[in-house]
This record gives sequence, structure tokens and C-alpha cells, in this order.
Amino acid sequence: MKVLVAVKRVIDYNVKPRVKMDGTGVDLTNVKMSMNPFDEIAVEEAIRLKEKGVATEIVAVSIGPAKAQETLRTALAMGADRAILVQTDEEVEPLGVAKIIAKIAGEEQPELVILGKQAIDDDNNATGQMLAALLGWPQGTFASKLDPSGGEVSVTREVDGGLETDKLKLPAVITTDLRLNEPRYASLPNIMKAKSKPLATKTPEEIGVDIARRLETLKVAEPAKRQAGDKVGSVDELIGKLKTLGVVA
Amino acid sequence: MKTLVYVEHEGGQIKDATLAAVTAASKLGEVHALVAGSNVGAVAEAATRIAGVGKVHVADGAHLDHGLAENVAPVVAKLMETHDAFVTPATTTGKNLAPRVAALLDVMQISEVLSVEDENTFTRPIYAGNAIATVRSKDAKKVLTVRGTAFEKAAREGGSGSVENVDAGSDSGSSSFVGVEESKSDRPELTSAKIIVSGGRAFGSSEQFHALLDPLADKLGAGVGASRAAVDAGYARTTIRSARPARSSLPRSTSRSASPARSSTSRHEGFEGHRRHQQGRGSPIFQVADIGLVGDLFKIVPELTEKL
Repeated sequence: MKVLVAVKRVIDYNVKPRVKMDGTGVDLTNVKMSMNPFDEIAVEEAIRLKEKGVATEIVAVSIGPAKAQETLRTALAMGADRAILVQTDEEVEPLGVAKIIAKIAGEEQPELVILGKQAIDDDNNATGQMLAALLGWPQGTFASKLDPSGGEVSVTREVDGGLETDKLKLPAVITTDLRLNEPRYASLPNIMKAKSKPLATKTPEEIGVDIARRLETLKVAEPAKRQAGDKVGSVDELIGKLKTLGVVA
Repeated sequence: MKTLVYVEHEGGQIKDATLAAVTAASKLGEVHALVAGSNVGAVAEAATRIAGVGKVHVADGAHLDHGLAENVAPVVAKLMETHDAFVTPATTTGKNLAPRVAALLDVMQISEVLSVEDENTFTRPIYAGNAIATVRSKDAKKVLTVRGTAFEKAAREGGSGSVENVDAGSDSGSSSFVGVEESKSDRPELTSAKIIVSGGRAFGSSEQFHALLDPLADKLGAGVGASRAAVDAGYARTTIRSARPARSSLPRSTSRSASPARSSTSRHEGFEGHRRHQQGRGSPIFQVADIGLVGDLFKIVPELTEKL
């Protein structure tokens, strides 16, 4: 089966985001950017399916600026076969991203689309579900285990109450949670090899998707800072303080 | 504005997170509710008693039993022809369903809403809570998921809503529920708990983690959380990982020994009262904790449990 994976170029997760002084967003100038960690898990899962002989081809897709090519090269170095960049300097919302991927899925006809459950910049947790709705496919969100066989995929999902298992008919959309796998690092030879793997570039206009934003960001602010509290010296003092704060009666 | 709140229920009980969603929806306008499931008459009746809820739409059918988004989303989309906003709690159930509904309506969802500024304007966390964005929606209809700890819970009693049965749609046939491995606990869920007792790897083992923390949690009526490191070390199930931001904390951050500051400092949002006993007086926790006490946790925790 063919597997499509979606990857996003985001702020590296080791970097502490700093809000811009003018309140228009988070400062990304000269900040290290990397593949969204949940998307790394998506790429890794696709590669494991290929290693098991289940997947035949892995196509990585990214929507973003020219520099998102680097993110796609990372996916290729990990083991994806080819890549598609839908290039735009606009910030595309999950709805726009889902529409673009739905069009690509229409051309590529994958049996599985695997995405990270959320991007660590806008934290929407929406693209996979939206894509599934647009395609009319079933969705396996927050997956911690995947087992495709016989035209179906069994998905174990991390839900608030525990682990839920659903069975989905293929084609299906999967979004990854942390425990699905631990992504590999690309080896140097594979990084070199990735440079010659095919990477096609398109634009949202060519694909025919309107990516106009529906949400206007009015302001981005730092969260209210918590003040450091007091240290106490004993359990009795602690209980006294907790009573003052009304935590315990 | 007419709103539709998705009632999350389990075992015939309405979950607390729903009550916070009702409060959020009431800031937008009239509150209607949707109860979807199989044999949910009693749940619907309970929903009519929630303070502030007007009409309760009931979609009853075997195919709606486990809240599969493939079957529920079309029911919601149909009801949204006569409503202006769809509101779910930002639980895994809400997060699974709401974006599917939003796409069917061609609406961009507003995720994990922290406050309702006006009927088009909301605040929400981005960058794992390191920034708060104020966003204005240009969509005619709204779809939002709301953070349960950011809104007061509506009272379970006091309402006098009416029940209306609606078209339950049909089984999509594309997905089916196989089973759930529940982490059984009588304690409050972390998405809505008022007090959380949380611990990390310093406990040394799963046995010691639970032997020390469970009695304290019982005494406080608290939920039990755990740091990612403790979850990874197998002390606690993933489902009791501490609070929302930590649930979405980042992979491999511990194995790469990254600073835990990004997730652990945002972790205290929405909770009242933090009690932390941690070795190391310079620990980052003390930059944000209201009260700090440094000492041997194997002495302090039992003493606290006993004296409370």
C-alpha cells in the first residue's frame, strides 16, 4: 500500500519560544527549526510499515515556505521515497492544510495518510480529523499502536480514560501520539542519498485550494507569570499555608 | 447566538468537562445540548437538569454507542443548520470529534479555548502554553473546543430543559469500536480535577510511587498525576500523566535531556495550590510553586498524609 505522511516545519522543540515585543506573534528569526516531533513519529511509523512489507511507497508532503524542503529532506533521509512541497509563505491553517492534502490524496490514492496529532507551534490538533472529514474516510486519532491487515487497520488510541481500540476500513487517516514509536535518526549515508530523491514543488493555486485564513490573530501575549512562592520548613507549616490558600479545610 | 454543546458521557454519567463547556457556551448565547449514544434517555434527562441548558437534542442509535466520530459528526453537522456554535470540551473525545464537524461545515476550529472575549473573539494557548493568542473568527458558524479547567462548571441541577429527539443518522460502516482498556480509578480525571497530587522519578519505583501518593490523594480527594519521566519509567499509566500540557509534551525530551522547563512550568495552569517536595533547592519548580518544601519525600509525604 502507498502511505502519505504530512510533515510540518516548526520551531525546534528544545527552543524556548519568545513572544515578540509588539505582540504580533512568536519570534522565529534566527531560531532553530525542525520537523514537528509528532510528524517524525508519523514518518517513522510509515517506514516501519515499509520494513514489515506492508507499505510499498512512502510519500512525504509539506505545506510551507521554501525552507520546508529541509524538513522534507529529513523525511527522505529517514526513509521516505519521495516528497511534495506545496510552497507558500502564508501561514496556512489546519483547514487549508487539510484541503491541500485531500487534493494530493485524490491524485496519489494512498491507503493510509499518517499525520502528527498536533503541531507544536499552533497546537490545534485538527488537521487529521479535518482531512478525514473532507475525504469521507475513517480516522484513528492519537494512535499508540497500528496494525493494518486485510483491508483494515486496527488502531489503539490514547484517550482520556485509557486505551481505546477501533477498527477502520482502509483508506484511513491516522494521527500519531507519543507512544506509537521512537523515531530513528537519519544516518549520514542516508542523508546523502536523500539529496537525490525526487522532491516536487507545487503551489496552493496550482492545486486549486483557497488558503485564506479564517482566524485573525489579534494579539499574542506571554502567559501571566506565576510568582515564586514561599518556602516552608516543615509539614505543619505546609498544612498551615494550604489552609490559608483554601486548598484544604 | 444559539450554541450546541456536545455532552460527553460514560456509563450513564455526564462528565465534568461538559459542565465547563456549558459555561463557555453560555457566554456566547443560548445553550442547547446534544446527547448522542445508545439508550441515552437517562443521560438526556440528566442533561436537561444542567443549569443553563435549554433544549437537549437526543440522537439515539446503536451506531452512536461509542461516540465514533465517523457516525456522530454528520449528526452534529445536520443540527448545525439551526445552531451558530458547536462547543465541545477539549478532551480526547471532543478533540476527536470537533475538527471533523468543523471541516464538514467548512469552518476553522478554535482549539482549547481559554476565554470567550465576545462572540467572535477567543483566547487560546499556543506553543505549549508559552504564548496566549487572541483570535477573531471570520466564520459565520463557530466550532470550539474549550479547556475544562478554564471555565467554572455549570451546576448539575437547577435547569429545566426540554428533550427533542433528532435524526440519529446511520452507521458509516467505515469504523467500529473494538474495546477499551480503562485505567480504572475512582479518582477525579486530570482534565477536570480540582486538586492533583503529582510525583516524578524520585520515588524510585512504581510501588513506592503509589504507596506514598495514593493515600495522600485519597485524603485530598485528588487526582494522581505523574511527570513524563515517571510515566516513561512505568510508575504510572499514560492516562495519569500530569495535566493537559504534559499530555501534549514532546517526544524524546527526557532521553535527550532537554530542559523540562517548557512543559513543567506550564503544567500548573488552572490548578489551585501546588505542593511540591523535590530534592534540590534550586529546582525550577520553585520559580512557579506557591509553596515549597524541601526534604526527604519518604518522610514528608507520609507525615503530610497523616496530619491532613
